[in-house]
Amino acid sequence: MSAGVPALRLEDITCRFAARDGGGAYTAVANTSLTIAAGEFVSVVGPTGCGKSTLLNVAAGLLAPSQGSVSVFGQPLIAADGVNRRAGYMFQADALMPWRTGIDNVVAGLEFRGVPRAEALAQGEAWLRRVGLAGFGDRYPHQMSGGMRKRLALAQTLILSPDILLMDEPFSALDVQTRQLMENELLALWAEDRKSVLFITHDLEEAIALSDRVVVLSAGPATRPIGDFKVDLPRPRDVSEIRMTPGFLALHREIWAAMKEEVLKAYAAQKAA
Amino acid sequence: MRLRTLQILVVCLVVAFWYVMTAPGLIPPFYFDKANRAAFFFGEPQKVFWVIVEWFATGEIFGHLGVTLLETALGFLIGSVFGLAIGLWLALSPTASAVMDPYIKGFNSMPRVVLAPIFAVWFGLGIWSKVALGVTLVFFVVFFNVYQGVREVSPNLIANARMLGASRRQLLRSIYLPSAMSWVFASLHNAVGLAFVGAVVGEYLGSSRGVGYLILQAEGTFDINTVFAGILVLTAFALALDAAVGSVERRLMTWQPRASETEKV
Ligand SMILES: Nc1ncnc2c1ncn2[C@@H]1O[C@H](COP(=O)(O)OP(=O)(O)OP(=O)(O)O)[C@@H](O)[C@H]1O
Ligand SMILES: [Mg+2]
Repeated sequence: MSAGVPALRLEDITCRFAARDGGGAYTAVANTSLTIAAGEFVSVVGPTGCGKSTLLNVAAGLLAPSQGSVSVFGQPLIAADGVNRRAGYMFQADALMPWRTGIDNVVAGLEFRGVPRAEALAQGEAWLRRVGLAGFGDRYPHQMSGGMRKRLALAQTLILSPDILLMDEPFSALDVQTRQLMENELLALWAEDRKSVLFITHDLEEAIALSDRVVVLSAGPATRPIGDFKVDLPRPRDVSEIRMTPGFLALHREIWAAMKEEVLKAYAAQKAA
Repeated sequence: MRLRTLQILVVCLVVAFWYVMTAPGLIPPFYFDKANRAAFFFGEPQKVFWVIVEWFATGEIFGHLGVTLLETALGFLIGSVFGLAIGLWLALSPTASAVMDPYIKGFNSMPRVVLAPIFAVWFGLGIWSKVALGVTLVFFVVFFNVYQGVREVSPNLIANARMLGASRRQLLRSIYLPSAMSWVFASLHNAVGLAFVGAVVGEYLGSSRGVGYLILQAEGTFDINTVFAGILVLTAFALALDAAVGSVERRLMTWQPRASETEKV
């Protein structure tokens, strides 16, 4: 798995945001390198505001880093030339088209690719069933709950079967039961064709339960990875059962020890600001 | 229901007041020196009523209303299409927008009604000079709304569509256009109202058909009752137009959340 070209490689990425009205520039991410092998499931955890979404935007080709380079399956990715076409991105914020019904949102990507309408709709209905939204296809986003919208966004991204999946806290709006269902569903989908996944979360347990590797980011500003933990728990996993195993608990303790200090630091910094 | 009763009462009172003040010889003249002067200046409600009845009975009014409606519709459609196209273009092209900015502002601040005589010279006294006036009025309302609408599309929505593989053209069709359209619909009442104003003012300033022409002609012969009749017909017509726009709007904007949507059980 580690042999061959990595699916995604971020090299020495620095992102500095120009300051508005006078203040100093803000360095969100500094000198960060991250490699995701083909077929690997990597989670990134870090305190709020540390720059996780920023890093993902760089990987998606939506944001040009101030410094550093990105390559996708060996090809350099240049944001000015367009987005990362091998990747699907599930955004943290709502990004559904409010004027399209559920099903029309799900098939949007197929439509952009010129797939015939009837075929797109058939696939779309299948995906709605998979994310538990069968029968809700004719609702508009504003008629759905936050969790339903998240699942709709998941279907919208996965229907295109991207080689790389970028997910920004996709399940944080869901209740515990639905969340575990969706996590298991994601793992099942991932096991089918081994996409490369870069998964961002606040939730360390979720990160360990899902991933092959967990990367811990430091608190901002100038965020960088401060820990990289291999998760060699057996697969296939069931996310609710694996949380009880001794291997999981040991990893959790180890990673939490590394994270705790950063979380407190971030909290103190935001309280002071 | 009570509210309706009160509203009708207000109309009755106004009409009664109008009648009492203008009916020749009903009360002694206290401002004018002759008994029938008030009627000359302010008309008489019952005569206004009969003018309207006659218009509809003989069918004379329908041709004029039809012309006014046609001018309104054309002014609205052409103005909207131009507003939409140029709004999209300027919103998506920063250079063009920077270049055009002072001219757009200038044209917008110009009182465009003064263009009516020029349009009459350019397009003649037929419907097109009225349509042109309507277009200049509608254009800016739609233009500014589209411009604003496109500028305020959520960056997230654009990023998502790009990640889903939308080309620039598809982005225009499935993100910018729907988003701009929702702003156009928000200004629909305004735009239709202005197209109507353009049509009537245009007719008033020189025409051979239309409700504005009826008023113009009646003024020429000091027939104040017909002037009031024309004004009343125009008002009723504007209200009907506004209601029609409202129902179109409701049909087209189902995707937008409304303030409260739960049903009473
Ligand atoms: N466009 C921008 N301009 C200026 N500062 C920005 C911009 N985008 C993000 N930032 C700053 O960069 C930092 C990182 O933001 P980012 O959204 O990546 O955080 P995050 O790790 O995803 O947080 P969360 O877990 O709360 O989603 C924040 O301090 C934020 O204020
Ligand atoms: Mg984020």
